[in-house]
Amino acid sequence: MNGQSCTYSDSGNGTPTPSSTSYPASLSSQSSRDTSPSRLQPNLNHINSEKSLNSSGNYMNYKSHDTYTNANSVYGQIYPDSSAPTNRATVPPYISDTSNDINQSQRLGQPQLRPFTTSSQIISSLGSTVSKPVYSSSHLNQITNDQKQFGNQYSTQKLDSVMQPKASESNLVKNHETMPTSNLAISDYYQGYTQTMNNPYRQENVLPNQTMKPEQQYHAQTQGYQVQKPLISPTSNPYMNSVPQDSQSYPQSPAEAPRSTYQQGYYQPPTSSVMSGRPQMNLPMTQSRSLDEPISSGPPRTNVLGIIPYATEPATSQVARPKLPDGGGYYQPMQPQQQPQQIQQQQPPRVAPRPPAPIKPRGYPPPPYQQYPSYSQPQNNAGLPPYSQTMSGGYAGYPSGDELANQMSHLSVSQLGFNKLWGRDTVDLMKCRDVLPPTRVEAPPIRLSQEYYDSTKVSPEIFRCTLTKIPETKSLLDKSRLPLGVLIHPFKDLNQLSVIQCTVIVRCRACRTYINPFVFFVDSKHWKCNLCFRVNDLPEEFQYDPLTKTYGDPTRRPEIKSATIEFIAPSEYMVRPPQPAAYVFVLDVSRLAIDSGYLRIFCDCLLSQLEALPGDSRTAVAFITYDSAVHYYSLADTQAQPHQMVVVDIDDMFVPCPENLLVNLSECLGLVRDLLRELPNKYRESYDTGTAVGPALQAAYKLLAATGGRVTLVTSCLANSGPGKLPSREDPNQRSGEGLNQSHLNPVTDFYKKLALDCSGQQIAVDLFVLNSQFVDLASLTGVSRFSGGCIHHFPLFSAKNPHHVESFQRSLQRYLCRKIGFESVMRLRCTRGLSIHTFHGNFFVRSTDLLSLPNVNPDAGFGMQVSIDENLTDIQTVCFQAALLYTSSKGERRIRVHTLCLPIASNLSDVLHGADQQCIVGLLAKMAVDRCHQSSLSDAREAFVNVVADMLSAFRITQSGVSPTSLIAPTSLSLLPLYVLALLKYIAFRVGQSTRLDDRVFAMCQMKSLPPSQLIQAIYPDLYPIFNINELPLVTIGEDQVVQPPLLHLSAERIDSTGVYLMDDGTTIIIYVGHNISPSIAVSFFGVPSFSAINSNMFELPELNTPESKKLRGFISYLQNEKPVAPTVLIIRDDSQQRHLFVEKLIEDKTESGHSYYEFLQRVKVLVK
Amino acid sequence: MAFVFPAFAYIVALISDAVLIFFSIFHVIAFDELKTDYKNPIDQCNSLNPLVLPEYILHIFFNLLFLLSGQWLSLCLNVPLIAYHINRYRTRPVMSGPGLYDPTSIMNADVLTTCQREGWVKLAFYLLSFFYYLYGMIHSLIST
Repeated sequence: MNGQSCTYSDSGNGTPTPSSTSYPASLSSQSSRDTSPSRLQPNLNHINSEKSLNSSGNYMNYKSHDTYTNANSVYGQIYPDSSAPTNRATVPPYISDTSNDINQSQRLGQPQLRPFTTSSQIISSLGSTVSKPVYSSSHLNQITNDQKQFGNQYSTQKLDSVMQPKASESNLVKNHETMPTSNLAISDYYQGYTQTMNNPYRQENVLPNQTMKPEQQYHAQTQGYQVQKPLISPTSNPYMNSVPQDSQSYPQSPAEAPRSTYQQGYYQPPTSSVMSGRPQMNLPMTQSRSLDEPISSGPPRTNVLGIIPYATEPATSQVARPKLPDGGGYYQPMQPQQQPQQIQQQQPPRVAPRPPAPIKPRGYPPPPYQQYPSYSQPQNNAGLPPYSQTMSGGYAGYPSGDELANQMSHLSVSQLGFNKLWGRDTVDLMKCRDVLPPTRVEAPPIRLSQEYYDSTKVSPEIFRCTLTKIPETKSLLDKSRLPLGVLIHPFKDLNQLSVIQCTVIVRCRACRTYINPFVFFVDSKHWKCNLCFRVNDLPEEFQYDPLTKTYGDPTRRPEIKSATIEFIAPSEYMVRPPQPAAYVFVLDVSRLAIDSGYLRIFCDCLLSQLEALPGDSRTAVAFITYDSAVHYYSLADTQAQPHQMVVVDIDDMFVPCPENLLVNLSECLGLVRDLLRELPNKYRESYDTGTAVGPALQAAYKLLAATGGRVTLVTSCLANSGPGKLPSREDPNQRSGEGLNQSHLNPVTDFYKKLALDCSGQQIAVDLFVLNSQFVDLASLTGVSRFSGGCIHHFPLFSAKNPHHVESFQRSLQRYLCRKIGFESVMRLRCTRGLSIHTFHGNFFVRSTDLLSLPNVNPDAGFGMQVSIDENLTDIQTVCFQAALLYTSSKGERRIRVHTLCLPIASNLSDVLHGADQQCIVGLLAKMAVDRCHQSSLSDAREAFVNVVADMLSAFRITQSGVSPTSLIAPTSLSLLPLYVLALLKYIAFRVGQSTRLDDRVFAMCQMKSLPPSQLIQAIYPDLYPIFNINELPLVTIGEDQVVQPPLLHLSAERIDSTGVYLMDDGTTIIIYVGHNISPSIAVSFFGVPSFSAINSNMFELPELNTPESKKLRGFISYLQNEKPVAPTVLIIRDDSQQRHLFVEKLIEDKTESGHSYYEFLQRVKVLVK
Repeated sequence: MAFVFPAFAYIVALISDAVLIFFSIFHVIAFDELKTDYKNPIDQCNSLNPLVLPEYILHIFFNLLFLLSGQWLSLCLNVPLIAYHINRYRTRPVMSGPGLYDPTSIMNADVLTTCQREGWVKLAFYLLSFFYYLYGMIHSLIST
């Protein structure tokens, strides 16, 4: 059962015939399951089918939409895919030009962007390992014997599946735009790698005895380090020690000297004399040819004949690393004129309190997938950049590099260096105070074996796994003590997305997997499914490449090139005609709600966004208000004004008239506007204290049951009348959380859950806006959203008099109304045989073992799945997860968005631990902990958190030998885990000891379940930046703007200076915290007032001053706001303000009355580590 | 040989046990269907939930007969299962109708395997006790 679920049983025209009338096991689907080899899916949508009979009237307009599906006939348009209404401009096949997604554009044949060669790769292998084949077939001829001087002793080493970082290409092109000579702007490590591509000195170094066939080496795997390093351009070499990028890759180097020599040892003399010293622009055409290939930074995946790749790919170049005596001898002189530029670029001012961060434009615009180098870039999040030790000042217990070196003296210096390079570095948590990297923590790279190195990987923002190397057996997974699971953000707004329209969507016949970049082409007519390993036929038309109009090479298809892709589904994927966008707004007009004043804001906002509601000409809206009765509004276009109908009998809800309640928006726009203008006035005075939430929801359900759609429920007090009535059960004495009754976290009634299941059956999602001033029992009420695929917004103590509340409500609402929406969707997650999905987390209803029913899907919803290993994976190299989301777009198109994640297998514990993705682990842990809270108790969940950290450290200790008992060694890949877990323990959802309203806690738990990983991390561990020295901070160019890049600070009061100004960004609020000793110049330049005391303590916006500091700060803030779906509101807090606690309570590394400080937490963990 | 109360208890137990065996077979099949995607969890829960209480009541009923007839050994064999049943029902998820199974949580792999295992274990237990009751019935008929 593919993500798309629906057995098609009608002819696809306007009158649907239900394929079955019972939920899943319709006769038809069942019988076809029996007869066909494919695993047909139980009919998902036939829940609708009963209704769809009645509802055919609603599809009258349906046909009119067919027009645009035909606009772009065969396939391959790439639409800018964002929440904004889709720009439907026809784009030439495969072509996209809207973004910086170089990957796309390069693939689309714009070779002139890259007038240099793909780099070759120098592969170095560390001792005592076995080497794997490497690609670069085209470079074999350049192999020289130079390499013999190093490393014959490293022969037969296995290379890990480390690939050339495609990532760098995007930066690369950016560089090109600004500085054509390209070897510039190496302001981060990615860009450091770009040099490998730019490098005119192609160097291939191959050990003669390593040029064996890939297959041979493939099977010769053993454990050990597997290293592969791309050539770093000689030109940057001398500066390596001083540039930030260096410190990322080589954190905590014990001594500078060995490190630099070690690096230099990499730089082999150019082996191709043709190339050496030649400016890259003059490269012979033969060399640059390979650039025309898609994103490959290495040799092309397909050869000229169109024969597929990896089976035939010749062995490759490999180089053993010299033993690093002094490496100067290998060092290639650089082009002199480039040096000064590099210095400028690479050496940001050192006066900053923390090291100037290597800057990577983050998220804005969203990084293309390839920005995550497949490659040894930092898992060393914790790796302390050497200079930050000296600069961050005042950390007494901090070990010097020498101490660290002594500690690890059992490792050779070179090994240490390599460990750092390959992310196998370790950190002593007890000694290293600065575990946080200076820039935002990135997801660790996925290192696949080289046959996939040029396949685009799915962005970690969309799809990531807790372990970037999957343990090959369950026992190994158990040994690692880490949770295995994936976090997925399937409907994220993307700047660039390939959309394909074709008659046949190629899928595996057995498991219904969509063809993806990680399949294996047996020959040009067959492909082998990477999930179930069945060999499938390739349809004739799949071999046709519309770009070159040639046949024969299936790898050029976008399906094979991109791990995230969207199909426009043919009619087999519909059980009924795509539904129109239908929205029902259910508004609370009881006394408390009116007192909060939300209604006017809501109506104004909706009024301004009416035209922006996603949808087409069929879009329908309805309004319901409720207090102790339910009010319908009839909007017939024959009437002059909206007509209200009040249903007082709320125990048995009914719809008073069959039509004109849910009306076509475009036809009744005037009436809808009238209604929205009138509503706030009508209910200006309301004394009805009843709130019939349940009946109002039932009413909305009845309105939408025929079509499906979205219900927006705004509520502000406890449901106290009619069905779904909730008791007021919060016990204020339990707010501290210590004696919290677990049943209070669970619903008190299943009314809302049952309603949600009914809604889900009719493809209705319920979204909640809760603006409460008192207890509303979110634990019960949220059930209606959680099981219908809705979303929950919570504005505690909302008051329209508080501009901060108003602003954040308006922004959320605006985003909510305008964002993209997918209707009647289902998501299926498939995984390689041997793995299975264990538990799902998020807002949805689980329809079957791997299928989620999502009546609506929104771009801000994240999901988590725990995965278990059922069978040993020893005989395969990689595992894949494929998430397919089938939805109806607001324009009435059925679409399938497919994400494929491919991960390598690891056979030993240390690989698994070093490959862990700490942010993803924390994301999954938080979800599991919420479940634990519901099932057993909060204290259990808290204990489990601590145990996870202790278990992880114990597991890692097993892999280390000779560890001193006083230290707490963690792999850098997991060095932030204790910090994040501490942050979770102090997060609203899980904290104890601090007074937390039950609703706030429950809402926080819902957030933990449904936030996408990056936002989740930011919510629990906000970003703190120093901004008082904004002029000294490095700038990074993002889009067209220059944005300052302050370093990240630990969330501890010791990092806060009373003379400073700090910015804390937790994803929903940006707090600017002003110390009381700030110099007058700062006050003037930021706030336009002469001194601290003159700063208005109730400011919600920075004054627009003309000073460079203010401009930079506002630029930075707008950058932070733009990268988030809902722009955070700004709050300026003086350190003598009453709101100071908002800032201080987020300094989670400090000791509070109820919580440990970070150091105490580590001590506690250490006791548990065995 | 006389028809005494213990014999009556065993006969009732024998018949009830046969019914319970059918219940647990149905249970096992239902969860297998869920696992293999043949059925929708909502439907499946709707068909399973009404059967939970009858099963428990039936089981408690013939044990009551054992208690009254003084069949201590038979009673002792069944007490753990009664305790398990009571506890299971006490800790059931919040729901308005009778029953144990919640369609929103039943697809969790842990819950699914637990329920399936429970079905198999109960089936085995009922089967074994069927023969025991048969023996008990004959024994009480003969001994008197």
